[in-house]
Amino acid sequence: MAVEKSLAEINARIKSGKVVVLTAEEVIPLVREKGVRQAAAEVDVVTTGTFGTMCSSGAYFNFGHTKPRMKMSKVWLNNVQAYAGLAAVDAFLGATEVPDNDPLNSIHPGEFRYGGGHVIHDLVARKPVSLRAIAYGTDCYPRREINTVITIDDLNQAVLFNPRNAYQNYNVAVNLSDRTIYTYMGVLKPHMGNANYSTSGQLSPLLKDPYFRTIGIGTRIFLGGGTGYVVWQGTQHCPGLTPLAEGGQLVSGGTLAVIGDLKQMRPEWLVGVSFLGYGASLTVGLGIPIPILNEEIMYWASRSDEEIYAPVVDYGLDYPAGNPQPLGYVTYAQLKSGTINLQGREVPTAPLSSYPRARQIAAILKDWIREGGFLLSEPVALLPSINEATPLKSLQEKEA
Amino acid sequence: MSPKRVVLRFMAETADKPIIYQLIRNYDLVVNILKANINPHKEGMMVLEIQGEPEQYTRGLEYLRSLGVTIQPLSQDVHRNETVCTHCGACISVCPSGALYLERPDMTVNFDEDKCVVCLMCVKACPYKAMEVRF
Repeated sequence: MAVEKSLAEINARIKSGKVVVLTAEEVIPLVREKGVRQAAAEVDVVTTGTFGTMCSSGAYFNFGHTKPRMKMSKVWLNNVQAYAGLAAVDAFLGATEVPDNDPLNSIHPGEFRYGGGHVIHDLVARKPVSLRAIAYGTDCYPRREINTVITIDDLNQAVLFNPRNAYQNYNVAVNLSDRTIYTYMGVLKPHMGNANYSTSGQLSPLLKDPYFRTIGIGTRIFLGGGTGYVVWQGTQHCPGLTPLAEGGQLVSGGTLAVIGDLKQMRPEWLVGVSFLGYGASLTVGLGIPIPILNEEIMYWASRSDEEIYAPVVDYGLDYPAGNPQPLGYVTYAQLKSGTINLQGREVPTAPLSSYPRARQIAAILKDWIREGGFLLSEPVALLPSINEATPLKSLQEKEA
Repeated sequence: MSPKRVVLRFMAETADKPIIYQLIRNYDLVVNILKANINPHKEGMMVLEIQGEPEQYTRGLEYLRSLGVTIQPLSQDVHRNETVCTHCGACISVCPSGALYLERPDMTVNFDEDKCVVCLMCVKACPYKAMEVRF
């Protein structure tokens, strides 16, 4: 008989302490041993995790009103500008913003030692952060300048809001040019000297629910060490499943927009990063529980690194030119082995997202669910599934 | 004697002295330059791997000290801040000596200080700034 479970049934099992939760790693040998049907009957929830740099991230704040009142038109936190074109004392800080006086790439490769992601990390670590704001002054908001120090606990609201996180899959970056390049995929040596990849493969949330059967608007998740929610499809969301000439299939293109209370997040799961020659950003710890409602969901949740492919892309010429035609496809098992074979050559590989941390996130989420403190939420609406999203357009330049 | 790795730091006045030549000729040492930063009329540093008879090695180092060169064992120079490292792996491919490597199947990043040649590439490439230089 086919396995069918409802989310309400799974939540009832969480409350009664009978829920069976495995991480996306642990479920793989179980399915190999017992088959998808038996495993789907036994397991209620599979937890996933990823800990990688996710550029489209940021946080918004309400600082509280000043006396006399001020409509802040420009705001800096630790010298990093936040967007203040919202309301009097609201601002949004982007993870990749850098200080006005940063040397950038004037001496290439620039170091980008501090940026928006680092400010978010410092706030979460409950360090004091300088707040500077200027305003033009109005009758109702006369004040024109403030220089003070805040901590996250001083703020009325501090909310992590990331427009694009948890990229379903990602390019393996190589460099076919004849010089070392410095990218968001790390340092890439010339003539395919190395290959860098950046997902947690078999632990990665959206690779384990490629049809978005369970992950939708309102899904409760692990975000930055606290609880967060999926609020929308992420920017550039366009999930696809492509059969490959090499055999197997490429699952890629899905993304999530996520939100959560920054005040309850933890500095070890939300870390500012500096990519040499590229810029500053934020590494986000994110984990999603997948309710095993039926066998199809279990089938996808239990795919292993041997079955999950990633495209290899040249960042020396193709990617910057906007021609990301893959050079080939490799599995995460090959990537994790330390070398991949490309165009007849052995190329050493290195990850950029932390697999040990991803594993820890899946384990923490598993504990939260088993302890009864984390119930699964029914999506308010599902996100566009494979072939349901509008294909992505590139920007067309027109005469103004 | 097994090869020893040392960091030499010297004053501007010493920068034009042919110290490597002297080490090889007078003390019969095998010298491998792992890293050097030497500019005319400026302070300089050099990382050497030195092999030879223990007595000659000691005398060679005495010669360097007599020129005002300070000598440190290499392993003290690059340090991993364990609380900052997230075991992402961004350092693996830039490390030329295999001192930073992935422990499989756990995929944790290990640092073998004995293999470190203090090129400092990891210090620059680490997105989390977990690799620190100690002078």
